[in-house]
Amino acid sequence: MAHDGGLVPLRRKVQLTIDGAHVTATEGQTILDVARSLGLDVPTLCFAPNLSPANACRLCVVELEGARTLVPSCARLVEPGMVVTTDSPRVRDARRMVLELLAATVDMQATPRFAEWCARYGARVDRFGAPEARAVVDDNALFVRDYAKCMLCYKCVEACGDDAQHTFAIAVAGRGAHATIATELDTPLPDSACVFCGNCVGVCPTAALQFRAEHELRAAGSWDETKQTRTDTVCPYCGVGCVLTLHVQDDRIVKVTSPSDSAVTHGQLCVKGRFGFEYLGRR
Amino acid sequence: MFGAGGGTSSYREVGETDVILLWGSNARETHPIFFHHVLRALERGARLYAIDPRATPSTRWATRHLAPQLGSDIALANAVAHVLIDEGLIDETFIRRATIGFEALRTAVADASPERTEPVTGVPAPLVRELARDYGRAERAMICWTLGITEHHDAVDNVLSLINLALLTGHVGKWGSGLNPLRGQNNVQGGGDAGALPHKLPGFQDVEDDAVRARFEQAWGASIPPKKGLHLTDQLHAMERGALRALYCLGENPAQSEADAGRVRRLLRGLDHLVVQDLFLTKTAELAHVVLPAAASLGESEGTVTNSERRVQRLRRAISPPAGARDDLWIVCELSKRLGRDLGEPVAERVWDELRALSPMHRGMSYARLEALGGIQWPCPDESHAGTPLLHDRLWAQPREGPPAPFHVLEAEPPAEPLSDDYPLRLTTGRRLDDYNTGVQSRAFPSPRRRAEETIDLAPSALARFGVREGERVIVRSRRGAVEAPVRADPGLPPGLAFLTLHRPEQVDTNLLTIEATDPRAGTAEFKAAAVRIERIAPRPPAEAGE
Amino acid sequence: MDLKPIDAIPTDDERAAVDHVLAARPPTRDLLLPVLRAIQARVGWISKGALAHACARLHVPPAEAWGVATFYHLLATEPSPRRVLHVCDDVACRARGSAQIAESLAKGASRDDAAWKRSPCLGQCERAPAALLVQAGAPPIERAIGPIDAAIAREAIDGAPPTTPASSGVHQPRESLRLLARVGVVDPESLDDYRAHGGFSALRRAHELGAAWVIREVTDAKLLGRGGAGFPAGRKWAAVAQQPTSTRYVVCNADESEPGTFKDRVLLEEDPFAIVEAIAIAAFAVSAARAFVYVRGEYPLAAARVEHAIAAARRRGLLGDLPIEVRRGAGAYVCGEETALLESLEGRRGEPRSKPPFPVERGLFAAPTVINNVETLAAALLVVRDGAEAFTAIGTAESAGPRLFCLSGDVAHPGVYEAPMGLPLRALIELAGGATQGIAGVLLGGAAGTFVGPDELDLRLTFEDTRRAGTTLGSGVVVVFRDGTDFGAVLHGLAGFFRHESCGQCVPCRVGTAKLDELLARVRAGAPDGSWDDERARLRDLGHVLREASICGLGQSAASAVESAARRFAIWPDVGKREEDR
Ligand SMILES: Cc1cc2nc3c(=O)[nH]c(=O)nc-3n(C[C@H](O)[C@H](O)[C@H](O)COP(=O)(O)O)c2cc1C
Ligand code: SF4
Ligand code: SF4
Ligand code: SF4
Ligand code: FES
Ligand code: FES
Repeated sequence: MAHDGGLVPLRRKVQLTIDGAHVTATEGQTILDVARSLGLDVPTLCFAPNLSPANACRLCVVELEGARTLVPSCARLVEPGMVVTTDSPRVRDARRMVLELLAATVDMQATPRFAEWCARYGARVDRFGAPEARAVVDDNALFVRDYAKCMLCYKCVEACGDDAQHTFAIAVAGRGAHATIATELDTPLPDSACVFCGNCVGVCPTAALQFRAEHELRAAGSWDETKQTRTDTVCPYCGVGCVLTLHVQDDRIVKVTSPSDSAVTHGQLCVKGRFGFEYLGRR
Repeated sequence: MFGAGGGTSSYREVGETDVILLWGSNARETHPIFFHHVLRALERGARLYAIDPRATPSTRWATRHLAPQLGSDIALANAVAHVLIDEGLIDETFIRRATIGFEALRTAVADASPERTEPVTGVPAPLVRELARDYGRAERAMICWTLGITEHHDAVDNVLSLINLALLTGHVGKWGSGLNPLRGQNNVQGGGDAGALPHKLPGFQDVEDDAVRARFEQAWGASIPPKKGLHLTDQLHAMERGALRALYCLGENPAQSEADAGRVRRLLRGLDHLVVQDLFLTKTAELAHVVLPAAASLGESEGTVTNSERRVQRLRRAISPPAGARDDLWIVCELSKRLGRDLGEPVAERVWDELRALSPMHRGMSYARLEALGGIQWPCPDESHAGTPLLHDRLWAQPREGPPAPFHVLEAEPPAEPLSDDYPLRLTTGRRLDDYNTGVQSRAFPSPRRRAEETIDLAPSALARFGVREGERVIVRSRRGAVEAPVRADPGLPPGLAFLTLHRPEQVDTNLLTIEATDPRAGTAEFKAAAVRIERIAPRPPAEAGE
Repeated sequence: MDLKPIDAIPTDDERAAVDHVLAARPPTRDLLLPVLRAIQARVGWISKGALAHACARLHVPPAEAWGVATFYHLLATEPSPRRVLHVCDDVACRARGSAQIAESLAKGASRDDAAWKRSPCLGQCERAPAALLVQAGAPPIERAIGPIDAAIAREAIDGAPPTTPASSGVHQPRESLRLLARVGVVDPESLDDYRAHGGFSALRRAHELGAAWVIREVTDAKLLGRGGAGFPAGRKWAAVAQQPTSTRYVVCNADESEPGTFKDRVLLEEDPFAIVEAIAIAAFAVSAARAFVYVRGEYPLAAARVEHAIAAARRRGLLGDLPIEVRRGAGAYVCGEETALLESLEGRRGEPRSKPPFPVERGLFAAPTVINNVETLAAALLVVRDGAEAFTAIGTAESAGPRLFCLSGDVAHPGVYEAPMGLPLRALIELAGGATQGIAGVLLGGAAGTFVGPDELDLRLTFEDTRRAGTTLGSGVVVVFRDGTDFGAVLHGLAGFFRHESCGQCVPCRVGTAKLDELLARVRAGAPDGSWDDERARLRDLGHVLREASICGLGQSAASAVESAARRFAIWPDVGKREEDR
């Protein structure tokens, strides 16, 4: 009775070499997919499994034989006969520089694993100067935007746009070093198209976007992920049945996300599932 | 559908189909993450037909928007069936092999051409033909619906009329083709699964079937009444007759959520004994003799729920309930103990395993497997079974497995309450994105988009017709009651239709207006079609009179 | 889409500007840039109301439209005066004193109705120092002027009617010219004149001999792309022709924004029918449904001439049913990168795509697309007209055919020169009348190119020789610098250019170009952060990450000129001589 054919056409097998190991991958996989399946720890910042590759941070670059430059493993699809090196000096130098350049312009302190990677690649975070301060945008009751922490990974734009939410409330504005994430004319979110699904917050890798509770706890210095539990349950509202991951600190829900591999949500939620838990505390 | 009640397809299939008929549903707002799957289909080039009297955020994504007169869905479906048959867009082999009753349907819709039904439905005939052709010719096609189909007095007929279309074209039981009701609440499906229906035992097993009952009686060591029980509307009738004197109400707020709420409140007040178990002191709880404070399903309880793609998923506890509030399961067990019957430890997994033992469609879904597989879609008969993303592929088996799927001949019926000179306006109800039902839960979070005040929405032209201005407070009156609300112009509404939500009964007690005309089979009231009128509160002050 | 409109009302002018663009066509997303340009041209800036109307007509999400409007530097999103003089302060103009002009303008009084702005290279380098006057209105004025001095610039800002610069003309013996044969000879606005000079015979020949023949001939001619990357044109055409699809496009890349480049402008302005004919041939060869010419925003005359040529040829039935449309950029160097150009054509920010897939597979509107430089197409026209053999008879075995070079800086007669591939650099400079003074260095290939020293002037100008010498032909730029040039200032200018033009998408380029600019400012000021060895290490690392990890050629080549200069010239304050000699 089970039927799970889907429309995925039959995919060819692809043979390639990664760090000297001969592997068989499936057409349509990226180098990153295959490297991770081999247990190789390729660092990524702008990649998310539930979004199309933004291809922006370039931290995931690897060496591909025959290619003029390094290639982004998160975006590059496997091809037969590829010979890939994920950790050569050329790669390490590039990654170290990406980390140093980010540290010079963005507050990366709340980014998971950033310090670990800096240590691994020998990045000196102060070599190219220090980031400028920027005011936190606090224009709605549900989340704040601290763009001093924004590394322009494009994930929020993709999540708000055609990778998921299709609301298109935010986009990249300006160019080059002046590029920012913005609504039209920097309109406050409540006056923009935003529907407060929080999907942008859910994908932000640097905590530039923070739910209100997280923001307040961070401001008070009491945000502590080591004290938090994460529990999957199901949204209490409509019948779609979205999986909610409740992040709980001190017996209080401080954040709600959804697993990116959920067949129901692909990691995305609506405003009720994301924020509609406050009634629990109103009894 | 034909058999156990549940959608036939997976969400994933919605994202991979070619044509979607979204019928009576504003899923963009009411089922937002389901709509993400629709959007995936649209990104792939699928076509969306939205059938809704209102223009909504959902219809704005549609390739075509068909706006039928409220309550003319059956006429419209029959017209589509007519075109499918008339233009040879039906799958004759499938019809022959997998269905019965085709000839009767053919005869019944022979005269229901879109041109002839246009005066009833108000939908231009070429649009109906276009929809029918696209649906009929598509390799894969889906019909999805919500309360716009089911909150009518002829809800079941509405659904059957859509099933007819799928059977005519073979758009069911195949990957990417199916029939999918989107459930309004997170566990409507799961409640049904678990037997919270007056005529069913867990697993949709018939309570009036002696063999079924015998199995349950043996497992439970108790006798089960051999007749089906009363659904909510019957219960209200029974209260009216004085036949029902005591009520135990769990997690429901009928004093606000039921149609013709004035009557419901009167009936509840007249009970000898009312027990309400809820998170909050709701309007219903205020009427109770005993209130049992309960833990929330979200984060405070263990258990399972079933969603609109029949996926059973685990509820898990992450925080402690407030002092004094108890888990529903604990309360029921404790109550039973005090009534003299020990049901054992109130452990969710134990209850679930008992259900699995008795319900073949749930048998393979151990907690461990639900955890490992991210939920399982029923039926899942044993622990080696991966669950069933797609229902009714049996219809395509050769030879067909199981009984044939029947066509139904359906008469289009107008809404139960006719319009009149006194009540010339149709009132329909619905939801908005950031609120939910009577707002008991959703009200607590500070949605930046929530309006300061609930409004009565009218078509811009209706404002002139009733001589009211945007923002003016008016009385909306039906034959059952009246509410007061400010007027808002909504260009998405047709001239004869007014719109209210149920979200803020403390401001606008919408269900004082709605009609308790219920489909006898489904037990859902006609929330979607009352007759009302708009009354101005004060005569125009002289300064304004000249405007 | 369930879009939320912007709550603002356009003025009548703004509404008219938008509606005029959409008058006779369905409002598709790709018209966003034309619509925004039209508002800018009419009113001088894009107000909230204007944006609201554009979004409403085109069904574009306001945030995205804002993202597009703020991407292009010729579009103003804040109230701006109607008249703006864009004064070039890029590499060739600076060699001819543009810095002093800017200095003088900065001292002058400001006006409410007019302003001036510094601009990257305007593609008028043979007229250096050059400027572009833009005055909003119906109709707007857009006019290149040059050479200018401070007085001319001031007058232009004050509203004096601009004088049309002299025609570029040709400064070399005509007999040898093929690509430039008609430049300065035909009337660029007369189809009859063009035909009298053999025009449209190549298209006729293509039709006679068939699409497969055309592709074979272009392949056999070994025609390598003239836009900078040097990819074989024949292979590109064949790849597009082979794709199993019914929709294909041809795009002519006329975005020419590489500092020091102006050859495409000369072809478009002086011989526009040839480009139209060449596009028609390419479209025929690959069965394209539609063709576009993407002309950089700063080239008003080129755009007008090509538009005129298309209309004239269409009226005569020479284009069959092939729609060719001119689309104009709005000030973004990166839009010359082929995939950024496609994004821009689709009405999005000009952010380069990740390749593969290449445009031949997935190009404009996701369909297979031929995208070629103007000169490449002009050369293909020669191939079809005269045959592959005649083409390969010119140049070297690996670098076939004639090629255009843009000479500017300290040469006697700046201008476009046609030379067979293989001509030594010294001879090319001689062709332009020689250097005005002793040569300190030459920038080859533009800002994205490399410097060569006075001891390297015997370099033969071919793809293979330049590659071997670690330099590049790029887009044919040759900027000559005289002895005594302050290379610190030149390099700082180049770094500033990349910082200004980075699209901002990838970290290496967005941040790397800014850090490179800061580093060169310190070099120029003689104020290192730490030791000069620290700074050298930074330059090495920036060069590495830019080259290796940037998405597109902009970032990849952003440090190449600086690195080549550091190898050849005494740029480090602590080192009095070349690094090589140490
Ligand atoms: C930053 C950047 C700017 C470019 N600008 C141009 C340009 O203005 N004109 C052009 O023809 N090619 C330009 N190119 C090269 C194009 O990407 C592409 O290679 C070329 O249009 C292909 O045409 P061709 O093969 O005929 O040279 C640029 C490349 C980069 C990386
Ligand atoms: S909350 Fe949702 S709608 Fe709002 S900006 Fe974020 S992703 Fe977009
Ligand atoms: S706000 Fe967060 S998600 Fe958005 S671009 Fe910045 S870092 Fe990425
Ligand atoms: S290299 Fe520069 S211009 Fe190119 S994509 Fe990256 S940021 Fe944009
Ligand atoms: S993770 Fe690959 S480019 Fe950012
Ligand atoms: S026009 Fe000034 S450098 Fe080119």
